[in-house]
Amino acid sequence: MTEQPFSARARARRLFALMLKEARQIVRDPSSILIAFVLPPILLFLFGYGVSLDATHTKIGVVMEVPSQSARDLAFAFQASPYFDVRLATDRRELEGPLARREVRAIVVIPAAFDADLHKRSKTPEVQVIHDGADPNTASLVQGYAQGVINSWATVRAIGAGKARPDSGPEDRMWFNPEQTSRYFLVAGSVAVVMALVGTLLTALVVAREWERGTMEALMATPVTATELLLGKVVPYFLLGLGSMSVCASLAVFVFQVPFRGSVGALLAISSAFLLPSLGQGLLISAATKNQFLASQIAILSSFLPTFLLSGFIFEINSMPKVVQWICQVVPARWLIPSLQTVFVAGDLWSLFVKDIAVLALFGAVFLGLAVSRTRKQVA
Amino acid sequence: MAEPLVKAEGLTKRFGEGAPSLDGISAEISAGVITGLVGPDGAGKTTLIRLMTGLLQAEEGSLRVLGFDPTKDARWIQASIGYMPQRFGLYEDLTVEENLNLYAELHGLPTAERPPVFAELLAFTDLARFKSRPAGKLSGGMKQKLGLACALLRKPRLLLLDEPSVGVDPISRRELWRMVSRLKADGVGVVWSTSYLDEAEACDHVLLLNQGKLLFHGAPQKLTERTKGRVFRVTDVEGRRRNVLAEAIDEPEVVDGIIQGQSLRLVSKAGTTPKLPPNAGPRARLVPVAPRFEDSFIDALGGGPGGHSQLAASRRRIEARREPVIVARGLTKRFGDFTAASHISFEVSPGEIFGLLGPNGAGKSTTFRMLCGLLKPTEGEGTVAGIDLRRDTAGARGRLGYMAQKFSLYGDLSVAQNLIFFAGVYGLIGARKEQQIQQMIEVFALGNWLSMAAKELPLGFKQRLALACAVMHEPEALFLDEPTSGADPITRREFWTHINGLVEKGVAVVVTTHFMEEAEYCDRISLIYRGRSIALGSPDELKARIATPERPDPTMEDAFIALVEAHDRRAAA
Repeated sequence: MTEQPFSARARARRLFALMLKEARQIVRDPSSILIAFVLPPILLFLFGYGVSLDATHTKIGVVMEVPSQSARDLAFAFQASPYFDVRLATDRRELEGPLARREVRAIVVIPAAFDADLHKRSKTPEVQVIHDGADPNTASLVQGYAQGVINSWATVRAIGAGKARPDSGPEDRMWFNPEQTSRYFLVAGSVAVVMALVGTLLTALVVAREWERGTMEALMATPVTATELLLGKVVPYFLLGLGSMSVCASLAVFVFQVPFRGSVGALLAISSAFLLPSLGQGLLISAATKNQFLASQIAILSSFLPTFLLSGFIFEINSMPKVVQWICQVVPARWLIPSLQTVFVAGDLWSLFVKDIAVLALFGAVFLGLAVSRTRKQVA
Repeated sequence: MAEPLVKAEGLTKRFGEGAPSLDGISAEISAGVITGLVGPDGAGKTTLIRLMTGLLQAEEGSLRVLGFDPTKDARWIQASIGYMPQRFGLYEDLTVEENLNLYAELHGLPTAERPPVFAELLAFTDLARFKSRPAGKLSGGMKQKLGLACALLRKPRLLLLDEPSVGVDPISRRELWRMVSRLKADGVGVVWSTSYLDEAEACDHVLLLNQGKLLFHGAPQKLTERTKGRVFRVTDVEGRRRNVLAEAIDEPEVVDGIIQGQSLRLVSKAGTTPKLPPNAGPRARLVPVAPRFEDSFIDALGGGPGGHSQLAASRRRIEARREPVIVARGLTKRFGDFTAASHISFEVSPGEIFGLLGPNGAGKSTTFRMLCGLLKPTEGEGTVAGIDLRRDTAGARGRLGYMAQKFSLYGDLSVAQNLIFFAGVYGLIGARKEQQIQQMIEVFALGNWLSMAAKELPLGFKQRLALACAVMHEPEALFLDEPTSGADPITRREFWTHINGLVEKGVAVVVTTHFMEEAEYCDRISLIYRGRSIALGSPDELKARIATPERPDPTMEDAFIALVEAHDRRAAA
């Protein structure tokens, strides 16, 4: 009647029971759901929109130094553009104050000579745009949009005059849009941050919580082995980490229109390799501290912050001091981000992936090995 | 007799420097009996249990559990024991049934055998109704029963229960005891660790631990018998019984003395009869009574502390005021739609100890906090020393001393720094501050400990320091929240000697407790249950209310249970 407690079958049943328990806890615990599934969209939205340079309804001033029909026409074109909220003036000095106070972000001056230039066939009429140089990104963006407004005004005017081509300026529709590249960049970073949080912080926290609530002691006094205990944590959080990576990637591709030029298999392989050191670190932290507060502090300092600051995610590693560059080499995320960026933007480049995966697997082996050797079925 | 389940010889376990946590323990634990592991906090009970589970390793001595050596074959031991650690070990976000299923898998209970086992255990623990409720939403008593059920899934040969009755109300405590007793018939060996000496008395066999040493090993009656013929009740005491007790304890023949309602309980040295002090009055009588386990425990430790409090001697007498010092009038506190305390009223006069007695979560701490000005009442009012708590909270707080549960000391500050800090907080300055701190150091013999961090202090000294910090500013009202829970009986006696002395100087005391023995020290008690005061009276009155011909001399716990049950019956009707 009694099954051998340490047969392969009994071990497998226990492991499955532990994983089922963990899965139930994850589903019912708002904090794991928060970190794994609510945080990724928040991060992506923050990085996607927070640094994005959205130029609709930018407040600008338009100065008509001469109240001619064509000047009013052009001013009206600016007013009609969805990109601008226009404040009209007849003297640029009226708008100097507002520009300094950032009430308008740029001033478009239609000069006194505008009409005269317009009627001289030899000369393209000039329009001056005064920018707020304190914010060069907005300045360059406004520059592009203003050019666009002027170009389309000139086109309409030329067609009205029976001419095929406008006579003012080149046709230039390549609006400079810096957000695109930074967005690609940020997606890879967000995936890394979220997986570090799930792998290290969440894992360290849930193990510490088991110690605090006394459930770890109860578990340890059953026939469960130390390996089963560790696997019972690693497998569910590994899957959870991949799950939240998928949420990140889907949002990036479908909501933020980031291109995905590599293969799903490569993305999975790279992410899985990164989760190994993350989980190992989490388990190691929880073997060293049995207190949730301490575990979270150590996890944030040793995993979350390095992933944020030292992985090349926000700050370029090559521009860091040499010593810091060396430190960066032992931050696992530093080996994740180049591959992730490549898989999204460039496509499968296995020579890079294999190298990065190998390094991550090595980190993983070290951390997991340490965690296994530190975890014994002892309470003190 | 059959082979014992556990056999320890010279077992010693150290944590770092200092005295060992367990010191040369040699004992046996047999099948089919309840073995009580008895002793105060820090006696080494948990350490001994963890050694038996294989979760800790001893430095010296040998230990065999179910025939295995826990240092080598812990997993075989773990495959056939049931263990309930102090903090349940339940997953609060899993339901009752999911917890059972998890532990069934971990213990390898085949799926086919589960339905009958679950049904039996759910019926046994009366948890069938709560099968799909998350464990975190169960009451303390129900959690403990579920923990027990999880430990019993695979009918263990040895069941280890670490303080199963802590945080459990007296009614659930009795149920738990009955459940465990029924296991004896199946030959299960039960280890029940406790700091309650009344529980120890009910065990078949007792290991009495104190500071890591085994003081006694055998049937509790054996120990109890040691003080047979030496225990007396002093009845018909005239005058202040606390003063009489102080005098009586200092008589050379008396080993131990406590207050029991209106009477005193004295234990004399072997071969002597205690002499009554003159202030007991001419009508006072000595009535021999049956000894209890605690009497013999104190005797085994060499007797209780002296009867006079140096603390009280150093305090000024508080001038008699006619009106009560502490007044609660219709105090009510609601948190959302939950009423934590409902219309609680009482008054405490100078020189009186008033007890708030009740199970955890009944509302006694809420009431208490409202009176200390820590919580704003939803309705009703409270005054301390004539000061309305709602109008002048700070002023009222300056007139009261507060000793929180588990001593709210700053663990990282030294003893001296704690004293200086609390003197400052209570507004003592200059010469008076110096003088008070000096006095506290002398009275509580803190001189040798001044530079030690408060968290490093032995429990008894922590308690002294906490009391010193609460009374330095000579308050008229003293609030004590579960002051001696977990303390050993000697420390508890010393504490009450001080409190009794202060009360004689005119201090009014409010004490919360779920500890029935502590209730005996009170002049009057309010029994708090489900946010209401369901009975108010002196301990003797409350006991007399439930006395029956079959039970002429009920204990405080009997009174508590009977009154709560009567209340439940009325509520149900």
